[in-house]
Amino acid sequence: MTTLERMRIPPRAGNAPLFDWDELVQDDRVHRLIYTDPAVFDTEMTHIFGGTWVYLAHESQIPNANDFITGKLGLRPLIITRDSEGAIRALFNRCTHRGTTLCRWNKGNARSFQCPYHGWNFANTGKLRGVPWPDGYAEKLVRDPKFNLAQVPRVESYRGFIFGTLNVGAPPIENHLGPIKKPIDEWLDRNPGGKVTVCEANRFKYKGNWKLAYDNSGDGYHVIYSHQSLLETENRFKDEDTAKGMSYYKQQPDEQPMYIQYMGNGHHFKDKRPNLEKRPGGLWAIESLHPGMEHVAEKLRAKYGDKAEQLLDLAGSEPVNINVFPNLSLLGNHIQVFQPVSHEETDAIWYGTRIDDVDGSIGEDALNDINALRMRTQEGFPNFGEVDDITNFEQIQRGLQCIEDEWIYMHRGLGIPGRIETLKDGTIKGPATDELFMREYIREWKRLMKAEPDIAIRREP
Amino acid sequence: MRSQANDDPSRFSYYVTDAFYSELVEDFSDWQTDDRAIEDAVERDLFRRLLEQEARILDNLLFEDWLKLFAPECAYWVPSTPERGDPRREIAVMFDDRRRLEDRVYRLRTGYAWSQAPSSRTSRLIANVEVFRGRTDDQRMVRSNFIISEFWDNEIRTLCGWAGHRFRKLDGQWKISAKQVNLLDCDQCIRNPSIIL
Repeated sequence: MTTLERMRIPPRAGNAPLFDWDELVQDDRVHRLIYTDPAVFDTEMTHIFGGTWVYLAHESQIPNANDFITGKLGLRPLIITRDSEGAIRALFNRCTHRGTTLCRWNKGNARSFQCPYHGWNFANTGKLRGVPWPDGYAEKLVRDPKFNLAQVPRVESYRGFIFGTLNVGAPPIENHLGPIKKPIDEWLDRNPGGKVTVCEANRFKYKGNWKLAYDNSGDGYHVIYSHQSLLETENRFKDEDTAKGMSYYKQQPDEQPMYIQYMGNGHHFKDKRPNLEKRPGGLWAIESLHPGMEHVAEKLRAKYGDKAEQLLDLAGSEPVNINVFPNLSLLGNHIQVFQPVSHEETDAIWYGTRIDDVDGSIGEDALNDINALRMRTQEGFPNFGEVDDITNFEQIQRGLQCIEDEWIYMHRGLGIPGRIETLKDGTIKGPATDELFMREYIREWKRLMKAEPDIAIRREP
Repeated sequence: MRSQANDDPSRFSYYVTDAFYSELVEDFSDWQTDDRAIEDAVERDLFRRLLEQEARILDNLLFEDWLKLFAPECAYWVPSTPERGDPRREIAVMFDDRRRLEDRVYRLRTGYAWSQAPSSRTSRLIANVEVFRGRTDDQRMVRSNFIISEFWDNEIRTLCGWAGHRFRKLDGQWKISAKQVNLLDCDQCIRNPSIIL
């Protein structure tokens, strides 16, 4: 049994439409206001970060009963916890008495949370357990569900990825993910046991709108320009056998076998795997140079022969960008999360992942070597690539202060016959540098901004 | 495949072994104890001057000179948690061996490192320098607190924390064999973390 509550007072009186969304989002361009207007951002915080499924956390961050981490759904502070029964809950980190956040730690293990302000105490199911001096209240507070913590009414996992939505009418997460499930499955299944464990992160902040990161997540057009310093650095030794990293973007990227594919519901997928040699070690061959790599490669090859190549591939950066609207991107071995802070500020967190030896087939020694190497490969792009992207995002936000110059274009590939193909499953495929994914996801964004989602919170009865 | 005979750590990374990591983690655990503190004023001054020299070189953007302060086999480590963790099992904010340290400098010199175009201007204050005995006689561990004022993109911000330097005596000279930089906000989102710390 659940108790749902819907807002009685919407953020704006009358809930009148802010803008003509069809005017702001057109087939080939979008208006600067969708990046710069605080009122648009406020609407996104209910219609997008609330109105659709949003990535909250990874199950490996709360492996045991009563483990918790703090997180956010839009701007709402959350406690994401696995309660004593094993159920994953996303509690609003807000005391039902006066609104104080209950938990100020990033992570931990707790069966209950006590408010540091007046001492109200809540079980990690959200139920109010007790308050100091209850005789001072005319009624028994613990018997009234309205004093139980609010929580995200729909929390569902897909293979370890925890999503939440306030939209009680949303389809199940598996249906919502739809075709993007296949690349997610492949991304997981290349690892032993089809699983990964989150292990800290490279954490960035930029002064720009969150959509600038999502626009970038499938963008094959920026690579050789925004990342020129990275490409030059990772190819600075001319005697290497293969071109490293994303060098395949250098020549006629639209004629390479890699592609961009729009997967529906705002999700999209950049698949660069077809550019690689299809053999064990094909991925490792283009991995740029990282601490310990020659040592580990020689050690594993001496010990395992040909089998070493597939082990080394586990430390290599899988060349995909699996982008799950609005805030999740699986790329390389990272779980990247976009966290809006304001209309002009965003946190971008690149969680690292390590592998586990699920069936003992790798052995502790090789596992340690592969994971150490996998840590080093994952630090490469955030250090030498992402810093330049976020600088460019900030400079877009600045450029958009030119009020009269209204439009931002995303029409690369539009109107060229035969360039883009709609497949039988409804997904849309095009060459690597095409901006079709931007046009399609922003169309979905517009649909959600126009929609009237059935937003609710839940409390324990 | 390359031969291990080629042992130039600027080109190949053979020295970053499990033993290297183990030693690093061990050297940077429980090392700041009074019984290991060096009281000799001359020696303390020597290491304080080495840290001041490093700060000056970085403030002046002389990255190639900065690389010369390091031993050929070295590590530059910015942990992503205050507990510092084990870099074999956790992502670090930065973890460079000799080659990747040179990559870092190379990138800044390409002219296309947009995060440093134009370059940050920095002013580094080093204080509370304490010198401790290392695991062997030819090693020292040095703790210092730092404040880096960084001017970038029209504003000044502060990066602060403490650093641990592991020095090793090579050919009669003290070289940095590992530098661990502990940012106070190492587990938080940081805007444009692209300068050398």
